[in-house]
Amino acid sequence: MMIIEMYLGDLASCVADTMIGVLGLEDGTRVEGTGFGAPGVVSGELVFTTVMSGYEEALTDPSYHGQMLMFTYPLQGNYGISGEDFQSDRMWPRAMVSREYWDRPTHHRHARTLNQFLIDEGKPGLCNVDTRMLTLKVRELGVMRATLAIGERSDVQDLDVVAMARSGIDISAQDLLGDVTCKSPYHILGQGPRMTVLDLGIKRNILKSLSCRGFDITVLPAHADISLIEAARPQALFVSNGPGDPERAKEAISAVKHFAGQIPVFGICLGHQIISLALGAQTFKLKFGHHGGNQPVKDLEKKIVYITSQNHNFAVRPGSVEGTDLEITQLNANDGTVEGIKSDKLNVLAVQYHPEANPGPLCTEDPFFGSVLRIMNGLTGVAGRR
Amino acid sequence: MPKRNDIHKVLLIGSGPIQIGQAAEFDFSGSQACKSLREEGIEVVLVNSNPATIMTDPDTADKVYIEPLVPEIVAKIIEKERPDGIIAGIGGQTGLNITSELAEMGVLEKFNVEVLGTSVKSIREAEDRDLFKKAMQRVGEPVPKSKAVNTLEGALAVMEELGLPLVVRPAYTLGGSGGGIARTREELLSICELGLKRSRINQVLLEESLGGWIELEYEVMRDANNTCITICNMENMDPMGIHTGESIVVTPIQTLCDKEIQMLRSSAINIIRALGIEGGCNIQFAVKRGEYRVIEVNPRVSRSSALASKATGYPIARVTAKIAIGMTLDEIRNDVTKETPASFEPTVDYVVIKIPRWPFDKFVKANKTLTTAMKSTGEVMAIGRSYEEALMKAIRSLDIDKDLGYAGKYTVWTDGEIRSLLENPTDERLFAIYQALKRGMSSEEISKITGIEPYFLYRMENIIAVEEEIAAELDAQTLRKAKRTGFTDEQIAGIVGKSREEITDMRISLGIIPTYKMVDTCAAEFEAKTPYYYSTYDTQCELVPSDKKKVLILGSGPIRIGQGIEFDYCTVHAVMALREQGIEAHIVNNNPETVSTDYDTSDKLFFEPVTLEDVMNILEKEQHYGVLVQFGGQTAINLAIPLEKEIARRGLKTKILGTSPDSIDLAEDRERFNALMDQLNIPQPNAGISFSPAEAKAVAARIGYPVLVRPSYVLGGRAMEIVYDEAGLEVYMREAVRVSREHPVLIDDFLQNAVEIDVDAVCDGNDVLIGAIMEHIEEAGIHSGDSACMIPPQTLPGVVLEVVRDYVRKIALGLKVVGIVNLQMAYKDGIVYVLEANPRSSRTIPFVSKAVGLPLAKIAANVMIGKSLREQGNLLEPRTPYVSVKEVLLPFDKLPGADVLLGPEMRSTGEVMGIDYKLGLAFFKAELSADNPLPLEGMVFISVKDEDKAAVAVAAKKLHEAGLSIIATDSTAEYLRRSGLPVVKVNKIYNGSPNIMDYIKIGEVKLIINTPTTKESVKDGFQIRRSAVDYHIPYITTIQAAQAAADAILMAKKDQITIKALDEYHKEVYYN
Repeated sequence: MMIIEMYLGDLASCVADTMIGVLGLEDGTRVEGTGFGAPGVVSGELVFTTVMSGYEEALTDPSYHGQMLMFTYPLQGNYGISGEDFQSDRMWPRAMVSREYWDRPTHHRHARTLNQFLIDEGKPGLCNVDTRMLTLKVRELGVMRATLAIGERSDVQDLDVVAMARSGIDISAQDLLGDVTCKSPYHILGQGPRMTVLDLGIKRNILKSLSCRGFDITVLPAHADISLIEAARPQALFVSNGPGDPERAKEAISAVKHFAGQIPVFGICLGHQIISLALGAQTFKLKFGHHGGNQPVKDLEKKIVYITSQNHNFAVRPGSVEGTDLEITQLNANDGTVEGIKSDKLNVLAVQYHPEANPGPLCTEDPFFGSVLRIMNGLTGVAGRR
Repeated sequence: MPKRNDIHKVLLIGSGPIQIGQAAEFDFSGSQACKSLREEGIEVVLVNSNPATIMTDPDTADKVYIEPLVPEIVAKIIEKERPDGIIAGIGGQTGLNITSELAEMGVLEKFNVEVLGTSVKSIREAEDRDLFKKAMQRVGEPVPKSKAVNTLEGALAVMEELGLPLVVRPAYTLGGSGGGIARTREELLSICELGLKRSRINQVLLEESLGGWIELEYEVMRDANNTCITICNMENMDPMGIHTGESIVVTPIQTLCDKEIQMLRSSAINIIRALGIEGGCNIQFAVKRGEYRVIEVNPRVSRSSALASKATGYPIARVTAKIAIGMTLDEIRNDVTKETPASFEPTVDYVVIKIPRWPFDKFVKANKTLTTAMKSTGEVMAIGRSYEEALMKAIRSLDIDKDLGYAGKYTVWTDGEIRSLLENPTDERLFAIYQALKRGMSSEEISKITGIEPYFLYRMENIIAVEEEIAAELDAQTLRKAKRTGFTDEQIAGIVGKSREEITDMRISLGIIPTYKMVDTCAAEFEAKTPYYYSTYDTQCELVPSDKKKVLILGSGPIRIGQGIEFDYCTVHAVMALREQGIEAHIVNNNPETVSTDYDTSDKLFFEPVTLEDVMNILEKEQHYGVLVQFGGQTAINLAIPLEKEIARRGLKTKILGTSPDSIDLAEDRERFNALMDQLNIPQPNAGISFSPAEAKAVAARIGYPVLVRPSYVLGGRAMEIVYDEAGLEVYMREAVRVSREHPVLIDDFLQNAVEIDVDAVCDGNDVLIGAIMEHIEEAGIHSGDSACMIPPQTLPGVVLEVVRDYVRKIALGLKVVGIVNLQMAYKDGIVYVLEANPRSSRTIPFVSKAVGLPLAKIAANVMIGKSLREQGNLLEPRTPYVSVKEVLLPFDKLPGADVLLGPEMRSTGEVMGIDYKLGLAFFKAELSADNPLPLEGMVFISVKDEDKAAVAVAAKKLHEAGLSIIATDSTAEYLRRSGLPVVKVNKIYNGSPNIMDYIKIGEVKLIINTPTTKESVKDGFQIRRSAVDYHIPYITTIQAAQAAADAILMAKKDQITIKALDEYHKEVYYN
């Protein structure tokens, strides 16, 4: 077992000088740092994101459910929490890890500090640890189960967080969708075509991007069956982003199988994986996933490269798309993974990345949602309103 | 789109001499572009007037022309070389301007040269204020709101619409005079009234004031496929109103949220697409509470893009060059990862801070206020894992006598002084803020006064809090915290009243040693192949020391007057030499503009401050075989003795390679050096040393006035002066002794009217290679760094040169030099005097190397690692049938208020070189390159002191012969008339109109020759010289330069200048 000694009480800005944090990874790594946020012990999969800003959006992204989110950029908390950029109504990662936490935001929109936000959400935070070292571990060994304990030194220093991490449940064995999806259907009024959205943990900005283009949106829970979807008389089906292994989203896969060919089907991130699975392709788990705002995606038709916001651990196996009704439209320029699929025959369009951004670059917002609108307008002859 | 196959040969235009606002960054971008194009199989023709650049090395490009950067001459090179394309955006503003002019002249069309990358149209649209504004409005990007008015009523109407404050800019006045910021109705009326009067077209522009808005920058790239990426964003600590080049800059943005950051990113991409730029560009924004304005676009690589390249590891210039020849971002490989394409956006896991370096130590009289015009000469960059750490590292990289967190250092400032330093931004504001915080002023109040975001002030509060903790009790935890906050051992020692050594030992015994992390463009997401490191106090060290033989080379830090790009050139050459010998070459440096800090220049790059502690940490980690201190200017050489001591104290085996620290001391310690000269029987000017004002008076009296006085151990002649009498000496001693308390003052006989000689040589302990003997054009007494000089010497008799050679050999061997030595001598009345010996690379090494075709720095580096001159086959002094002239560029046009006279204090920021077969032509080219173009027709104004009248009459005759007309004041006019020259007499200024100023103002005067009468410039002379600068009229202030200029003008009228590549000249070098 590898033990790395850390130190405490770093910069004067750190609020939680009395709390320590102990992080254990399944490979035996144990690091000690300063705790902030709410005291407690949590377990989850440790992933890192390379976005340099946008912690408010990332921490409220339901796709991070079941994970601990570590930021590679060292300074977190600089502009506080405004509450206006939430992607859902709560924090989803089980904890956050950063090298430094900043407690004195002065941004004109800030309503509370990041620390206060974590306390309000009952989530622990860990700082003053060498996040680059941890990132290198994740890069080399892949995502790992981890346990973080935050509290008074006497309460947490003797906890065997490594053993606890090792006894954690694998993310593919967890039912996460039930937690992140809406409890009951809701409706967002629009003048345009009717879009039924399967909420597998949808980010608010996806709904904003659809809504501002005039779609009349019905949002249904993840486990909605076909009759419930049909009851909404959809002109299109939209499968959202969300956490975990796409193969666990059985109902959504069935729904796509059912509706593909009847009405257009669109998807983002987990939705993209679900559509691929439903139409005969396969998915696999990446070593440490793509989490960041700088992933290059090459559009095979336009030849242009878009910089995209991404947050996923599973991906579509490129070879498995062949022979299905789908074709690959976009590839990741870094590692060649599938970033976009479509079927002109079935009117299917989906992307692996997050065109709605938040956090991250907005380059693909219009290309993707604009295409969705054009497909729908082409079919329904109804002009959507932007 | 793959590389175009119709482009085989490309012309690159360099940026010319280093000047304020245009420093080494264009050598970095130019060299990178050359490399980038050549690896695609493209032949590169390069033209630049600045010899002290890596880009003008024969190895960098296929053909190098060291010629004036004027369109007429570049046109001749195009005619000769027939390139297929030209890349405009690599050589800064100079490159853009020349490309535009060549296009306008029809040269590009005539010779079928395509502008590659960003087009001339795009350049114009980005640079022309009106076109730019229209382009921005077309794509919906907000620019500062403004309206032009011709009446006061109009101004009031605009006030109703835009509100106050308003910036008033009169149209068409020199340097924006008559403008200002109006905060009230009354102010608006009074400023507009004046502005309308001053404006040639009775018009003023009223613009909304963005004072206090946050200033931000984005570095963006675009390829022909319309793929756009942002390399990095930066936030200026100083608010709008201070040029970004003058601001402390942080990357990434610190105080904005993702929404705002993405809003600006989207805008930046919208703009680069609208302008159709292909390659890199820099976009500046102002932001306030979620609202933004586009301030300006630089459609080219810039100082900011150099900073962005170093801050992220993304090679902007390299990629820009490849885009120019048709490649797209996804086809270009990211050199750092070797796996991923260049079509991604770098992400960082650290904080980068840039601080400018200002020349105010050299220009005591210049106005130090930081404004929208640049005054700094260079900059430093530092990387840390916290803001505090990066800031502290940046400050110590500046190599100035100022620091944060050093107890008691600035207690001399009164509260009132601090307040005024806060209100009026200067180079000292950062230190004043720290002091204000220490005295209990709140961050909020300071923010109100300075406009700086409280965030940055809170960060400084943190540093103060740590300083207080250190002072309270220094235990292991506090020490660790102090190190993580960026404090040096020396600072901590100062706070607790212990020795630096005690703190270092305590720290090491507690295991608190720095870790080295990589700059990898991707925050560790991918494995990086480039060895680019910075230190931080963290857990994991990524640096894996190799077991090869390796040497650490100390860089020279920020560009400043007296320590310019020449030293970076030498550093890079040393690296090349070591690598050729199979030795691993490591660099430590902190200047983001340079080639030495390019990630693929060395085997390992440590982007670190060049201080004893930072260098020792690297040596301790890597256990180098040796360290080279000769190439990094005075910054590096000053570390020789401390390093030698500390290496011994810590029990390391690293050697100081080359000339021993003891020999360095022998050369720099006046008394020891004098003793050596006596022993070698080499004459020196009568001199003495003094430790007190009383001693100084006695010494000066013994030597006889005038005397040259200076403190020992100086850089670029700081505080050096010629003193004419005892009263002057008293004044000087009060100032100089305060400048440098530790070191005594040196007093030398001032050799009036002597010819100054400079020699660069390499010695291996047995043999001496003389690179070249340079004869100065200006007399001894003008700082050698400011003097024009020529190779070979033009007036010195052969016997004198033999004496010079003999002395060089004796001194080099006597000092036991192993490596480079630079000697300064003076010749007067049949005697050669030795003024000083510098056992390190000198400012002139690149000039000499380019003039005679010998890479002296490389040869010296080889000597230092044990390869003798004999082994290298370099023993004979090269001779040339052509003449090379070095001329300097003076920064007076950028520093309002400063007198333009030359003296023993160095003033120039950069240098140029002119080569031709006759001195006159070479001098003509050099002046043209130095932005001091000698006229071939028109009016010359002459006003000289009595001693110079005879000599100036000779020069005036030649000017007359060349067809120029002459005007002169009283006595000069009389004298010239008596010599039989037609002269128009004009009034001195105090005699009323029409006086010389009237002629200057209407633009009739094409050249001013004015030599000062005494040390203190007469008001008339000052005004004339100053207006020469302000009206951009070539001027000459020494009689020697006047003579050379007259020869040059006469010759340029008769003869054709030569256009020849450097390698062709070098084929004519001979030895005998």
